[in-house]
Amino acid sequence: MDTRVKRLSRVNDFVVKFANVNGSGSASANGLFARSILRMGVPVAARNIFPSNIQGLPTWYEVRVVEAGWRGRRGGVDLMVAMNPQTWDRDVAEIESGGYLFHDSTKPLPPSKFREDVNVLGVPLTAIGNATYTDPRQRQLFKNIIYLGALSALLGIEPAEIERLFAEQYKGKEALLDSNRKALALGREHALEHFDCPIGLRVERRDAVGDRIFIDGNDAAALGAVYGGATVAAWYPITPSSSLAESFAKWCRKFRTDKATGERRYAVMQAEDELASIGMVIGAAWNGARAFTATSGPGISLMQEFLGLAYFAEIPAVIFDVQRGSPSTGMPTRTQQADLVSCAYASHGDTKHVLLLPEDPGECFEFGALAFDLADRLQTPIFVMMDLDIGMQDWLCAPLAWDDARRMDRGKVMTAHDLDAGRDFGRYLDVDGDGIPYRTYPGTHAAKGSYFTRGTTKDRYARYTEEGPAYVDNVQRLLRKFETARALVPKPVVQPAAQPTNAGVIWFGSTGAAMAEALNELEHQDVHLDRLRVRAFPFDEAIVDFVAAHEHVFVVEQNRDAQLKMLLVNECGIDPAKLTSVLHYDGTPITERFITREIGEKARLYNVTPLPGNRHQVTGNRKAGGRAA
Amino acid sequence: MTYLAKPKVHHPDLPKNALGFTRRDYEGAISTLCAGCGHDSISAGIIQAFYELDIAPHRVAKLSGIGCSSKTPTYFLGNSHGFNSVHGRMPSVLTGAALANRDLIYLGVSGDGDSASIGLGQFAHVLRRGVNMVYVVENNGVYGLTKGQFSATADKGSKSKRGAVNNDQPIDLVLLALALGASFVARAFSGDKAQLVPLLKAAIAHRGAAFIDVVSPCVAFNNHAGSTKSYDYVREHNEAVNRLDFMPVRAPLTADYPEGDVRDIVLHDGGTLRLRKVDADYDASDKVAAMAYLESRRMAGEVVTGLLYVDPVADEMHAALETARAPLNALHDADLVPGSAALAAVNASLR
Repeated sequence: MDTRVKRLSRVNDFVVKFANVNGSGSASANGLFARSILRMGVPVAARNIFPSNIQGLPTWYEVRVVEAGWRGRRGGVDLMVAMNPQTWDRDVAEIESGGYLFHDSTKPLPPSKFREDVNVLGVPLTAIGNATYTDPRQRQLFKNIIYLGALSALLGIEPAEIERLFAEQYKGKEALLDSNRKALALGREHALEHFDCPIGLRVERRDAVGDRIFIDGNDAAALGAVYGGATVAAWYPITPSSSLAESFAKWCRKFRTDKATGERRYAVMQAEDELASIGMVIGAAWNGARAFTATSGPGISLMQEFLGLAYFAEIPAVIFDVQRGSPSTGMPTRTQQADLVSCAYASHGDTKHVLLLPEDPGECFEFGALAFDLADRLQTPIFVMMDLDIGMQDWLCAPLAWDDARRMDRGKVMTAHDLDAGRDFGRYLDVDGDGIPYRTYPGTHAAKGSYFTRGTTKDRYARYTEEGPAYVDNVQRLLRKFETARALVPKPVVQPAAQPTNAGVIWFGSTGAAMAEALNELEHQDVHLDRLRVRAFPFDEAIVDFVAAHEHVFVVEQNRDAQLKMLLVNECGIDPAKLTSVLHYDGTPITERFITREIGEKARLYNVTPLPGNRHQVTGNRKAGGRAA
Repeated sequence: MTYLAKPKVHHPDLPKNALGFTRRDYEGAISTLCAGCGHDSISAGIIQAFYELDIAPHRVAKLSGIGCSSKTPTYFLGNSHGFNSVHGRMPSVLTGAALANRDLIYLGVSGDGDSASIGLGQFAHVLRRGVNMVYVVENNGVYGLTKGQFSATADKGSKSKRGAVNNDQPIDLVLLALALGASFVARAFSGDKAQLVPLLKAAIAHRGAAFIDVVSPCVAFNNHAGSTKSYDYVREHNEAVNRLDFMPVRAPLTADYPEGDVRDIVLHDGGTLRLRKVDADYDASDKVAAMAYLESRRMAGEVVTGLLYVDPVADEMHAALETARAPLNALHDADLVPGSAALAAVNASLR
C-alpha cells in the first residue's frame, strides 16, 4: 500500500461494497461478513443490489457499518471489494477519495486501472485457492471465504465470531465446517503477513445491537400473516414478492403442521396467474377463511377487475404489494414506491382502498397481522404496501412482539344462532351506522341467511336491482365505510423538531431509514423540520392539521410523479403550493446524502429558519421511527 | 320477469325427500331467461338432482362467471349461498372457496364464452388441480347477452342468425377436460332430462373434478337452420354412448334393467354408477380410447353424449395439499396463532 495516499480512518462508521458476479456463491460469504459485525455488537445496514438474472450478471452487496444505528444508505463507498472484472471501472470510480480497493491480484492489472487517491489491497485469491483446492467449484466457493478471511484481518473483525457462525450454519456437517475454517485462515494469514492490519477502517466491539433482530420484510410479513390467522395463500411468482409466499409456507410448516398426523392447518396455492391468485383469495375469504396474496406492480395491474369486485361485493382480501421499479416490467430487482395511486384507486369506476404503509420489517409483521383484522372488520381489500428495499433486504429491527391475549377480530358475521334469534339479515344493510353490514358464511343455516354475491348493483338485501336510488344508497354507504376505515387504520407518527419551525416534512415506508439520519444531519446544518410519517390511507385528520400548521412541507417519496402528494392534494383538499416534493426514483434506495442535499438546498431557498419560541409547536404522539435504537 | 314473485304457498301434499325438503325448497327465483331457453331445463335438472340426493340446500355453494348461463344460479337453490363473480374467473373463486371449507358441495356454472374464451385458462387449471366440484358448462355456441356473436365452441362453418359464417375451429371442452385430467367427464343435452339428471347426480357424488358439457340451445340467437347447436340439429345428431343410473349408498341395487351390457362403478362413498351401454364399442374407463372416439365422431358431425370418462378412485385437491380434516374457515386462534413464546424463539434465531 502506497503510504503517500491519504487513508480514510474510521471506526465503526464506513461503507463496504462487494462487487460480485451473480451465481458465484458470494451471497453466503457476504452475509457472514455482515452478521459477524453484528455479533461484535456493531449495527450494520446491508443491501443486496442484484440483477434480474440467475447467473453471470453483476451483483453487489453493500454493508454499511454504522455504530449510530442508522438503517438507510449513506451514499458513497469507503472500501470496494472488486471481484467482478465486468464492473471494475465503475466500481473503482465509486470509491471515496482516500478509500480502499480490495481485489484479486493473481493477474496483474495495468496502473491505468487504478486511482491515485485510492489505497489498493491486492490479495492473490485465485492463486491461493488454486494452490489449495483441485475441484473448480470449491476453488470458486472458497475464494469467497478466503476474501472474507482477508477482510476480517484488514478490518479487525474477530475471527471467532465468523467461526461461531460457521458452526451454526454447518452443524452436523463437520467436513464443511473444517474446510470453511481452513479457507478463512488462509485469507487471514495472507492479509496479516502482507498488510499493516487493521487498515484505517476498523470494527471495534461494542454493545450497540442489543436484542435487535436481523430480518427481511417478506419473511416478517409472512410471519405476520401466520400470526394474523391467514389460512389460505394464493400467489403467482413475481420478484420481489415471491419469498413472502414461500416464507409463509416455511413458517406454516413449522407452526401449523400437526405433529402426529402431518395435517396442515393452511393451504398454499401457486396459481396460474395473478388473476387466479386474487380470485382464489376472494373465494376463500367469501367462504370465511383469512386469505392473502403477495405480488408486485404487474400483478396489481392484472388484479384490477377482481379488486373492484371485492370492493363492491364487500369481500375481505389482503394484498401484500412488494413494489419494484416500474411502470411495465420496469426494473424488477430495483426498488420504488410507485404503486400508491394504482392501489389506492384500483379497478374501474369509483373505488377507494385501504393502504397500510410499513416502514420496516418490524411493521411488516405488525401490519401483516393487522391487515387480516381490518379486512374482516371492513369487508374490503387491504393493501400492505411494501417495497423491494424493505421486502428483500435484512434490516435490524426491534424484536417482534405478540400479545397472547389478542384474538382475531372476525368482524360482523351473523351466526345460525343470530338468525334463529330472529335478527334481520340484509347483506348490505347498515345496521350500526358505520357503513359496515353483516355477512354470513356459506353453509350457516338451512333456511335463513343465504344471499347472492354479485358484482352488479343490488339493494340492501342483496337483491339485484338497477334502480338509481338503490345504487346511490349503496355507494354512499361504501363512503361511510371508508370513513370508518379512517378511524381504524394506524395513525401517523408525528414528532416535533428540536426547535420551533415553520417547515415540516412528510414521508412513508422505507424512506424512513434514510430520513431519520438526514433529519439529524439537517439539524446540524440548522435546518429544523417537524416530522410526520404517514402509515395508512385513508389519511388521518392529523395530516391535514400538520400541513396547516406549517408554511412549507416537504414530501419525500420514491417515485417520479409524487404519488403521496397527489393523494394528499386529492383527498385532503391541501393547497399543492404548500407541498414541495423531494423525489428519488432511480431504483436504488434513497440515501441520507440525497435527502440532506435536496431538502438543504430547498430549505435555504424557502428561508426555513428556527422560529422564536412562542409559536404553536407540533406535539409528537410517539417517536418518528427510523432509528430503532 | 324479476317483478314476478314466486308464490310462497306450497301444496300440502308435495312429496318430501329424506331430509323433509320438498322440491320447492331447491328452487330459486323465477328465471329471467328467454322462454324455451335450454339453460332453464338445466336449472330444473339441478333442482331435481339435489332434491333426489337428499342434500340440504345450504350445504351447496353455487358459483358462476358472467353471461346467460352464469345468471342461472339465481334460479335454483335459493337457500344456498351464490356467487356471480367476474367473466371467466369462476374457477379461481370456486378453488378459493373449496380451499376455505372442504365440507361444502361446490357447483360451478359457466357458459361457452365464459369457459372456452375469456376463461379458458382458469377452466384448464381448475381441472388439473382436481378441485372437488361439479363444473357445468351450458354450451350454446353464442354470446346471448350481447346478442348473438359466435363463441369459441361454435362449429366451423356454422351460420349465425344474421347469416355470418364462423371460420374458426371450435374448442371441444370435453376433449380438453379429458386431456387436463378431469376425473369425471360427461356431455349431455338440455333437451334430454332423463340423461342429464343421473349425470348430475353422479357428478355430485364423484370426489374430484367433475365436468359436464351440456349442449343447451339458445332459442333467441342459435336455434335456426345452419346452426349446429339448435334443438333440431342436436336431436338429429345426438349419439348417446351410454345411459346412466346413479344409486346412492343407501339405495338397494335393484335388478330391473333390460338385458344388455351393464356395468356398475362403485364410488368413494359406496354409491354406485350403473352404466348401460348403448354403444358396445365405448369404454368410459379408457381415456385414450375415449379421446380418439370423441374426435372421430366429432369429425363425422355427431354430438356424442353420456358419461364419457370416469376415474372412480381419483382424488381431489385437498388430498394433495394434506389439508386438515376440519375446514380451514372453522379454525380458531389456538389452532392458528403460534403465540409469544414461539415468537421469542424466532427472534432468537434472527440474531
